[in-house]
Amino acid sequence: MSRKYGVIALFDTAADIYHAAEQVRDAGYQRWDALTPFPVHGLDAAMGLRRSKVPIFTFVGGFVGFWTGMFIAWYMGAYDYPLVVGGMPYFSPVFPFPVAYELTILLAAFGAFFGQFITNRLPMHHHPVMNYEKFASITDDRFAIVIESQDPIYDESETEALLRELGGKEVTFIDE
Amino acid sequence: MAQPEGTVLRDPEILKEVRPAKMPRRPIVENDRSFHWITEKVCGIVEGKTPIWWWIGFCVCGMVASFVGVGLIYLVAVGTGAWGLNSPVFWGWAIVNFVFWIGIGHAGTLISAILLLLKQKWRTSINRGAEAMTIFAVSCAGIFPLFHVGRVWFAWWLFPIPTSNAVWPNFRSPLEWDVFAVSTYGIVSLLFWYMGMLPDLATIRDRVHGVARKRMEEARTVFQRKFEIFYYGFRRYFYGILAMGWRGSNRHWSNYEMAYLLLAGLSTPLVLSVHTIVSFDFAVANLPGWHTTIFPPYFVAGAIFSGFGMVLTLMLPLRSMYGLHDLITQYHIDCICKITLATGSMVGYAYMIEFFIAWYGANPYEGFAFVNRAFGPYAWAYWIMITCNVISPQLFWFKKIRRNAALVWVVSIFVNIGMWFERFVITVTSLANDFLPASWDYYTPTVVDIFTFFGTFGLFGVLFLLFLRFLPLLAFAEIKAVKAEADPHYQPTQEDSA
Repeated sequence: MSRKYGVIALFDTAADIYHAAEQVRDAGYQRWDALTPFPVHGLDAAMGLRRSKVPIFTFVGGFVGFWTGMFIAWYMGAYDYPLVVGGMPYFSPVFPFPVAYELTILLAAFGAFFGQFITNRLPMHHHPVMNYEKFASITDDRFAIVIESQDPIYDESETEALLRELGGKEVTFIDE
Repeated sequence: MAQPEGTVLRDPEILKEVRPAKMPRRPIVENDRSFHWITEKVCGIVEGKTPIWWWIGFCVCGMVASFVGVGLIYLVAVGTGAWGLNSPVFWGWAIVNFVFWIGIGHAGTLISAILLLLKQKWRTSINRGAEAMTIFAVSCAGIFPLFHVGRVWFAWWLFPIPTSNAVWPNFRSPLEWDVFAVSTYGIVSLLFWYMGMLPDLATIRDRVHGVARKRMEEARTVFQRKFEIFYYGFRRYFYGILAMGWRGSNRHWSNYEMAYLLLAGLSTPLVLSVHTIVSFDFAVANLPGWHTTIFPPYFVAGAIFSGFGMVLTLMLPLRSMYGLHDLITQYHIDCICKITLATGSMVGYAYMIEFFIAWYGANPYEGFAFVNRAFGPYAWAYWIMITCNVISPQLFWFKKIRRNAALVWVVSIFVNIGMWFERFVITVTSLANDFLPASWDYYTPTVVDIFTFFGTFGLFGVLFLLFLRFLPLLAFAEIKAVKAEADPHYQPTQEDSA
């Protein structure tokens, strides 16, 4: 087949992949990943990942939501079509508060939800790691480390040897 | 990446000698089941043959659900008078049913959001089912105010969309706040539910080929084989598209967990605000029995109480039918029962305080409203409410009762009944006997009311059964993550390591 996407190694326990990830990180690899069936606590630090950017999306969503709520209540009730209802003022920051509050939550939730998809570059219905014939076990009960051939310090034999040394089982290459 | 400085600090020498203390805790997963066993168990529900009881339940629920359709068609044809609404009671079963269903939904969000923030690991076994319950309950709830507006084809006027006569919604009205609160609640619950499902859907997607192979071998006739080919294609695309290409990458998990935590953090004030705003529908009105400041907390406690009742009603039968005793353990049932007990007692306390304040406030109208509730024409409803909501959950003080699944289930039914009556008592007693005795009337629902409400249980059942059949019932990625072995610092027991 064509070019290789990278090399993959399977691990049996969360502890194994945690320690292996620390070693891969310290070896200086950049373009690599750990695949796990569930979030392994502390693996972010073991991989040297930075804090997620999702909160930025959430904050922007919430901010826009609150002011949208206040704005529509003012625009519709006091500016576009002022109408006296029950002798109450056309606009006050008090009565549209529930509306602004709910819109804050709604748009912040959209921010978190779509922020997750944007930061993760999902949906991506096919990815080279899915070419691996044992991929199904990674969403079941096994853990994997995959190092991409695009990594600056990737070397076919050395990288493979590193993964074997770290206790990786069934170290194999994945096609692009 | 170069060696970060933190590594030295993170693993000081002394840590190697320290052994974590053995804390005897109730395991979340009993019988020490493996990760693979959990996957097989939960995916098996979706992948196996459709059980006979599922078909029976589906047909019965479908027939019951048709009552909603007929009831609503009749209502639209005849007018809201078909709902037994007349002076002075213009708010009848529709509002009662709306608050009832919305309240049921609240347990789902409480379990998925508040218990996540409080790091209650037992939530993982029941959160998915409870979230599904939330979404379907909100769908049932939405029907009532929607049709209560009378001319349902104008319901879109509730949203701030420019209409041909340029009138905008009235933001001073609690009913308009409700539109925002309930639609936000429905949408955010759906996002939360779906995002939680992503990893599990990916697992089912990856198993599709294996399952198809196995099912094909079992297919005997040509027709069965044809069906399997079709079913395989359906499952490939259904789960493939829904899973969004999730591949369990830790770079993804990092963002995913952050987003999940944020959604939980947003859902917590949301769930508290939704029932607060629902209670504003009453509390903002200047009517004795409604116009009280205790309503928001009292409604929220009641909502969580009723929702946990419904969680027990649904999860106990599912647990025995699918044999999920190792995943939904006695510990889980104990926890749910205790929350039911706590919230039920809060509701009982609120009933007491309402009476006290009615007397202490020295307002004769307020005083009358409450005496009338307990001893007036609707006294029967009031005492059903007290028996079901305040007295029956007190049984959960006893371990023996919490261990008897059948009895717990019966009490959960009482909770459901009691909470419906609570809304009935609040809504109807204050309206039927208002300020002017000459206009008093005794409100009775019509057969249309009863059938429509009855039908919503069928609708809820149909949706829930479809959920059981096609989507993962338990959040198994999360269940795996709370097992002891999932911790990278997990040490096998001393015998193993020796």
